[in-house]
Amino acid sequence: MEQAAFYAFAALTLGAGVFILLTRNLMYAAFALFLALLGVAALFVLAGADFLAVAQLMVYVGGILVLLIFGIMLTRIPDPEATSQTPNRVLVTLGRGFWGGAVAMALFLVLFLVIVQANFALVGDTLNSRSTIRTLGVELMTSHLLPFEIAGILLLVALVGAAYLAMNRNPDPTE
Amino acid sequence: MNSAIPLFHFLVVAAALFSLGLAVAVTKRNVIGILIGLELMLNAVNLNLIAFSRHDPVLLRGQLFALFVIVVAAAEVTAALAIVLRVYHHYGSIDPDEVGELAEKGE
Repeated sequence: MEQAAFYAFAALTLGAGVFILLTRNLMYAAFALFLALLGVAALFVLAGADFLAVAQLMVYVGGILVLLIFGIMLTRIPDPEATSQTPNRVLVTLGRGFWGGAVAMALFLVLFLVIVQANFALVGDTLNSRSTIRTLGVELMTSHLLPFEIAGILLLVALVGAAYLAMNRNPDPTE
Repeated sequence: MNSAIPLFHFLVVAAALFSLGLAVAVTKRNVIGILIGLELMLNAVNLNLIAFSRHDPVLLRGQLFALFVIVVAAAEVTAALAIVLRVYHHYGSIDPDEVGELAEKGE
């Protein structure tokens, strides 16, 4: 049962990844990214990371994906023939197809060989069925307190910086 | 969580996802397409960290690291999209091949 779920979600993730690679419509790529992130969240659950799966859904799907779709819609070249009836098509040209594919295939082969030959000797217990939230909370508030605070400051700085950068400082004089 | 699924399978899926993300980042001639590829790569790395973290049940260091990776990815995307908006206003395009004012002349 668990195995079947693992393979189904792995296939969903990788299929969505292949679709993102092949599609020319950026809008469809963003929607396929949603499927890929969903599949990765399910794989997190199957690896015993329940809190991180929820965090993945909230941060990636709720935040990053919405931001990306807004970015796509705000930066597209307007199509003069589009009406409200035509489907959304934000086309992107694909370049360097050969080199991209070749480099990615070479990287995958190298990683695969490394993984096959590594033969990890794992000692100790594996995660049991209890939730990881308690452990994560205790660790974040004790031994990882400094990175936790720095992450908070990083988010604040990134938000302020993004708002400042996106502000239109050169208003159009004709308006 | 019984470890019915061997670590090897997680690692292979993560490697494939990372390679796909790299191919997306190289082939898309659009900055947002490149960002989508970057997100795929970051997710693949997180999957690796969490798969290894299964064998560290007391401290869960892999999961903690993955949590910080998610935070940094969120910060990265907000800053990147702000820059993309500025570039679009300035050049009228977000094709990285067309935004080449600083490139060497004679190409």
